[in-house]
Amino acid sequence: MTALVSRNAWSLGLIGLLLVLVAMTKIIQPDFGLSGLESLSRAALPFAFATAGMAVVVIVGGIDLSVASMMAVCSVTAAVLMPSLGGVAGVLLVLAIGAAMGAINGALIVLTRVPDIVVTLAMLFVWEGTALLILETPGGGVPGWLRQGIGGYFVIPGLPKALLLIAVIVAVIWIPLRRSKSGLAIYATGSHENAAFRSGVVVGRTRVLAYGICGLFCAFGGLSLVSLTGIGEPVPGPYLLASVAAVVLGGVVLGGGRGGLLGPIIAVFVLRIIRTILTLAGVDPNVTTIVEGTVMVAVVMLATVVTYRRVRV
Amino acid sequence: MSMVSEERNPVQLGRYLRDNPVVPLIALLFFLIAVLEFMKPGMIIPLRGGRDGLVSIFWVGNLIKFAIPLAMLAACQVLTMLTAGIDLSAGVVATVSAFVCATLSPLIGIQLAMLIALGAGGMVGLVNGVGSGVVRVHPLIMTLGTGLIATGCLQVYQRFVISTGTEIPQMLVWLGTGRTLGLPNGLFLFVPFALVILWIMRFSGFGRLLFALGSNENAASLSGVRSWQVLVALYTLSGLIAALAGLLYLGMIRAPSLSLANPLLLPSVAAAVIGGTSIFGGRGSFAGAIVGALILRVIDTMLTLLQMPQGARILIFGLIILTVTGIYERIIRQG
Repeated sequence: MTALVSRNAWSLGLIGLLLVLVAMTKIIQPDFGLSGLESLSRAALPFAFATAGMAVVVIVGGIDLSVASMMAVCSVTAAVLMPSLGGVAGVLLVLAIGAAMGAINGALIVLTRVPDIVVTLAMLFVWEGTALLILETPGGGVPGWLRQGIGGYFVIPGLPKALLLIAVIVAVIWIPLRRSKSGLAIYATGSHENAAFRSGVVVGRTRVLAYGICGLFCAFGGLSLVSLTGIGEPVPGPYLLASVAAVVLGGVVLGGGRGGLLGPIIAVFVLRIIRTILTLAGVDPNVTTIVEGTVMVAVVMLATVVTYRRVRV
Repeated sequence: MSMVSEERNPVQLGRYLRDNPVVPLIALLFFLIAVLEFMKPGMIIPLRGGRDGLVSIFWVGNLIKFAIPLAMLAACQVLTMLTAGIDLSAGVVATVSAFVCATLSPLIGIQLAMLIALGAGGMVGLVNGVGSGVVRVHPLIMTLGTGLIATGCLQVYQRFVISTGTEIPQMLVWLGTGRTLGLPNGLFLFVPFALVILWIMRFSGFGRLLFALGSNENAASLSGVRSWQVLVALYTLSGLIAALAGLLYLGMIRAPSLSLANPLLLPSVAAAVIGGTSIFGGRGSFAGAIVGALILRVIDTMLTLLQMPQGARILIFGLIILTVTGIYERIIRQG
C-alpha cells in the first residue's frame, strides 16, 4: 500500500489539487454541478488525447511538436470521408492514418538521426500543409451518432461519456502496452538509450512504436475535435503548448524514462478547471492566459526544485 | 561538393565541412538561386529578361531585407542552442516589443518608447534566464511558458492603449523599408549586429563560456564556471536581440498587430538548425544561420512563384527543412 502511494505520489497530489479546485469552483458558483463536469470533460477531450500522445513520446525520450498538426489532419480526413464512407469505416481509417503519421515521424527520426525536435518541427509544417490540402476551409461533416457519442452521461447520471471515453481508450491502449515487453523497452530507451541498446532493446523500433502510439492518440484527438464542432478544421489548434504543459505538470520528466499517462491526464483536467474557475470568477479571458502560463511555469519550477532536493539528500 | 570527390575521400571532406559548415550552405544557396532563375528567367539576371544589369540589385535587396529579421531571431536560437537550450519566446518577445513601441510612441515619445520596448524584451529574457539558470527548468518549457504569459500580458495591455492609436517611428520605417544604393537600410543595423554576435561567439570570454557549457556542463562547472550567471546573461541578451528584431520588423511591416512576428519563430529555429547549429549544444555558427535565413527566404520565393496552394507550400517548406538537415547530419557524421 505504501509502495503504491509513494509510486503514485505525484498523481495523488494532482488528484488532491483537482479536488480542491473542484471545491473552489463549487464555492464560486454554487450552481456548478454534474452538467458543469460534463461540459468540462467534453472540452477536455482533445486536450487529453493530445497530452496522452505527447506523454508517450516524452517517456521514450523524445518530443513531438507536430501533435496539433496531426490532429488537424485527422479531423479534416474524418470530416471529408465520413459522409461518404460511413462512420465505423471512417473512424477505423482515421485511426490507421493517425498511427501511420506518427510512425512516419518516428521512422524519420530513426533513419535521418536528426534530433526529434527538429524532425517533428519540420513535420509540423508537413502535416499542417497536408491538412490544408485535404480541406482548404473548415467544412465537411460527421454522422450524428459520433456527436452524440461524446455528450451526455453513460448509464448512470453523473458519469460523463467523455470522461469514460478518455479513461477507456487510454487504458485499453496504454495498460496492455505498458505491461508488455515493448512497454518496458519504451521506458528503457527513455531512461538510457545506450544501456537499453546494450541490453538488447531494439531502440529504433521502440521509438517508431512510441511515435506511432502518439499518432494513434492524435487520431482520437482529431476525431473528438470533429465530434465537438461537427466540422473539420484544417488549422491546428493550441494543443502543442497545452499538451507539453500538461505532460510536465503530470510528472513526466522531459528527457524520458519516468512518469505514466495517469498524471498527465489528471493534469489536463487541472488546467481546464483553472480556466473554468477564472471564467466563472469573471476574470478577463486574456488574464486567464497569463494565469495559465504562470501556473505552468510555477509548477514546473516547483517540481524541478523538489526533484533536485531529493537527488541531493 | 561533387559525388566523385565525396567518394574519393569521404572522411576528409566530412571533416572539412564540419569545420566550415558555411561552405556547403552557400553552395546550396547559389544552387537554389540558380533554380529560381531557371524557373523564371530574368528574375535575378535582368540581362536574360532583356533589361540592363547583370544581377538584379532590387531582387537581391528584397531577399536580404526579408531575411534580416529572420536572421536576427535566429541569433537568439543559435546563442541559446550553444548551451543546449532554445528560446521559443523570441517570436512573442519581438511582437511585444513592436506593439509596445508603436502604441507608446504617440504617448511618451519615440526614444522612450523604444527603450521601454527593449526593456520589455530584456525582462522576458531575464525571467527565462532565472528560470532556466537558477531554478533549472528545461529552457524549452520555460520559454514556452514565458511566451504564453507575455502573449496574455500583451492582450491585456492592448485594451488600455486601444484608443491612443499607433505611431511607427520614422527611424524604424527608414531602417525597415528604405534603400541605399539598392540595398536595404536594415543592413545598417544588421551588419554591426552580426559583427557583434560573431565577435561574442568567436573571441569573447562569454562566447567561450557558452561553448563550454554546451559541450560539457559538468566539466565547465568543475572548472569554475558559474553556469547560472552565464545563463541569466545569455537569456537576457536573447530577449534584447528578439526585441530589437521586433522593432526592425515593425518598421518593415508598418502595421502593429498582436501576432506580428510570431510566424517567424519556427522558421528562426529552422534557420539556426539548417545553419549547422546543434540543438544539443556545443556546436553552432551564426554565419551559418544567416545563410540559413537566406536559404529559407529563397525557398519561400520559389514556392510563391510556383503558385501552389497554401497547403502544398507549407508542406514543401517542411520537407525541405527535413531534407537539408538530414543531408547535413549525414555529411557531418562522416567526419
